Amino acid sequence: MTIIEAKNLTYTYPGVTKPSIIDVSIKIAKGEFVLITGPSGCGKTTLCRCFNGLIPHFYQGELKGEITVAGLKVVETPIHKLATHVGLVFQNPENQLFALSVEKDVAFGLENFGVAREEMRKRVDWALKLTGMWDLRERAPHELSGGQQQRVAIASVLAMQPEVIVLDEPTSFLDPLGAKKIFEVIYELNRKLGITIVLVEHRLDLTSKYTDHIVVMDEGKVVLDGEPREILSSEEARLIGVGIPKATRLYQILQKDGKIKLGNTIPLCSNEMAFMLREVLKS
Amino acid sequence: MSVFDGLRFRRVYSPVHNLDPRIKFIYVCAIFAAAVIFWELPPLIILFLIQIPFIILAGVKHEWLRSMRGAAFLATIIFLTNFIFSFINAGYVVAASSVEYALAMTLRFIVLVESFSVFFLTTSPDHLGLALEQTRIPYEFCFAFTTAVRFVPVLAEEAQTIMDAQKARGLELERGNFLKRIRNYIPILIPLIVSAIRRSLELAEAMESRAWGATKNRTNLYVLEMHRGDLVLMVVTIGILATAIYVRLFFGIPSLNELLGSLF
Amino acid sequence: MIEVRDVYFTYPNGVEALKGVFLTIKNGEFVAIMGENGAGKTTLVKHFNGLLKPTSGSVFVDGVDTGKVSVATLARKVGFVFQNPDHQLFSETVEEEIAFALKNFGFKETIIKRRVTWALNLLGLAQYRKTSPFMLSGGERKRVALASVLAWNPKILILDEPTIGQDYQQKEKLRQFILQMKTQRKTVIIVTHDVEFVAECNPRVMLMREGRIVADGEARKVLTNPEILTEASIVPPQIAQIFIQLSDLGLPKDVIDVYEAREILLNVLERQAK
Repeated sequence: MTIIEAKNLTYTYPGVTKPSIIDVSIKIAKGEFVLITGPSGCGKTTLCRCFNGLIPHFYQGELKGEITVAGLKVVETPIHKLATHVGLVFQNPENQLFALSVEKDVAFGLENFGVAREEMRKRVDWALKLTGMWDLRERAPHELSGGQQQRVAIASVLAMQPEVIVLDEPTSFLDPLGAKKIFEVIYELNRKLGITIVLVEHRLDLTSKYTDHIVVMDEGKVVLDGEPREILSSEEARLIGVGIPKATRLYQILQKDGKIKLGNTIPLCSNEMAFMLREVLKS
Repeated sequence: MSVFDGLRFRRVYSPVHNLDPRIKFIYVCAIFAAAVIFWELPPLIILFLIQIPFIILAGVKHEWLRSMRGAAFLATIIFLTNFIFSFINAGYVVAASSVEYALAMTLRFIVLVESFSVFFLTTSPDHLGLALEQTRIPYEFCFAFTTAVRFVPVLAEEAQTIMDAQKARGLELERGNFLKRIRNYIPILIPLIVSAIRRSLELAEAMESRAWGATKNRTNLYVLEMHRGDLVLMVVTIGILATAIYVRLFFGIPSLNELLGSLF
Repeated sequence: MIEVRDVYFTYPNGVEALKGVFLTIKNGEFVAIMGENGAGKTTLVKHFNGLLKPTSGSVFVDGVDTGKVSVATLARKVGFVFQNPDHQLFSETVEEEIAFALKNFGFKETIIKRRVTWALNLLGLAQYRKTSPFMLSGGERKRVALASVLAWNPKILILDEPTIGQDYQQKEKLRQFILQMKTQRKTVIIVTHDVEFVAECNPRVMLMREGRIVADGEARKVLTNPEILTEASIVPPQIAQIFIQLSDLGLPKDVIDVYEAREILLNVLERQAK
């Protein structure tokens, strides 16, 4: 079942002439873990804003083409209505937490909807437990590390029980361990609850093992769209400047040499590559 | 990690901190009113002393002493002006009564400062924000208040980073004459303003994405409930106010001089 | 040359950020300071240009005690590029932005002109000379910030988290740029937690943890030592992970480069074939 579908989507921010995304058509199925990548300024963030209606409702500008999310036409649906279907997590954790305690922040969306207190309490606790922030629920945002703040941001969209969570480079301010924790949390949400995840990332080395669908964008267009193993091994991806994981890169180089016979499944992480090499070296 | 840590609020738990801020505010107003209707020294001394148990109970003695020290300068001025006026009125003689009057006026000021500082020292901003939300004040204002509390320290820290970045490019803030020194701050102010604008845009985006303004009937995760402590404070407040009014209306209050004179 | 002798640093709020750091960085060295957030990396490098002065111990830059001179004096030798370019850009044009520091240091007008042009060309910003820095993209703004520091040609260059939010191509450009600085015998110090980037650059790595340096050596040695890395909350680079897993088959553990990995694998297989 398709949960997000864009058809020939073109969008231009107000006051500029050049469109930021051009003729984008993609389909995202329910329950997928999608990775959107591409060089800086390729239109990834703009596309994310289309998913929850920030474009066109908040940013105005000119939107052509069609986009539907969870069966709703984004152009005709107000942002707060879309918020119950799509949660958006931003790059900078600091600027998306505005309350003075963790649980108050997680409750923010529910308060806006006027959810009854008992129900709210239940959902807030549920979201906090899933993101591993339950123990820190009474802390103030400045008492948390960047990674913890970002998990609160995830919990705060999760509390609205969306079908899709979109994360726009959520780990670029975090250290590797903080980042890893975030990826594990969203992977679990995807596996256990079947929430569709759309993740925008440069660092494929940390993320490609979780995904089952990669979209590569360049200069506002979708240039590659498909299965991760295919995309990461394609010559186009490398030429656009997608940071291919080093394990995959090593596989590519060895395949090109042709001197070592490796299996046909392209490795996405070091474990897979190590396993493959072990087979060859033992035989 | 910066010199601006003082701006960050800390949540403290004590019997006084846990009181409903609204009742605490009524208490402050009652003390305020009581202090204003007396110009004699003895009742003002009582009003001053009544509050000390609160301060001890809340464990904010040091902070309170600091705020008292802060008020000392103004208190001295109030004492001197009152004293000089009554000195002139009394025909250039130092009368015990004029000293007492000046002291009473000063003490009235100190009682006011004391009650306000008890309120602000024992009410954490999130509690206060919550109290605001549960009065009839429009939610936008309450949100603005808590967001300000949240972001002032963040901005202060950012200002420090910007200052460091420009110093690293050879900016010397203390160089030049007065006008030049003011101009030295431009390379700090512009990035600070630009970044604040950017930040507010991101905040707006995040708020929109979390259904800001979805319905007029907002609910609240927390609710302020009246506990026994709040009732006690309410009774104490009414007691203070009633006693004060009663004493004012039906008693002649002796001055401290007369009081001491009658004792010995 | 930078010498740090038994430096302790405590912030006014009582947080002890450095707890006895010793190090020497020679001229022309390329050093990466790594460690998790809060390990004291940025606090340490802020001592190199005098933005922070040690609570105890001392820091010498070319024999000068940083405690005894102003930041402005030290900055002539030590260029410091901050993580976020938006924390320093304020001028109306890119050209003026780059000239800012030169004016602060009292360079002559003719020299300023020459230096600005030189820095613009070095970082490929010539076409933006008259553009407002606020109109540029994130990557370009980062380059303007870098140009504005390079303009006065400091001997030592400190880059705080230069790869944050940068895509693969931008990182590659940065790597090329650092290599170019190295050939000019400049000291380059980067503060980062980007292991893959460090693995590609192969600098000297200093690992920090809780205000101390816990490892110091070649990238290929430090980044392939799982025990030390775990202690500093760092995940080894992918190639190292592969070789660590295969070490029981007699493969070397200290490999971080893809091409080196290929050579080793080909050699092993050739030997096996014989």
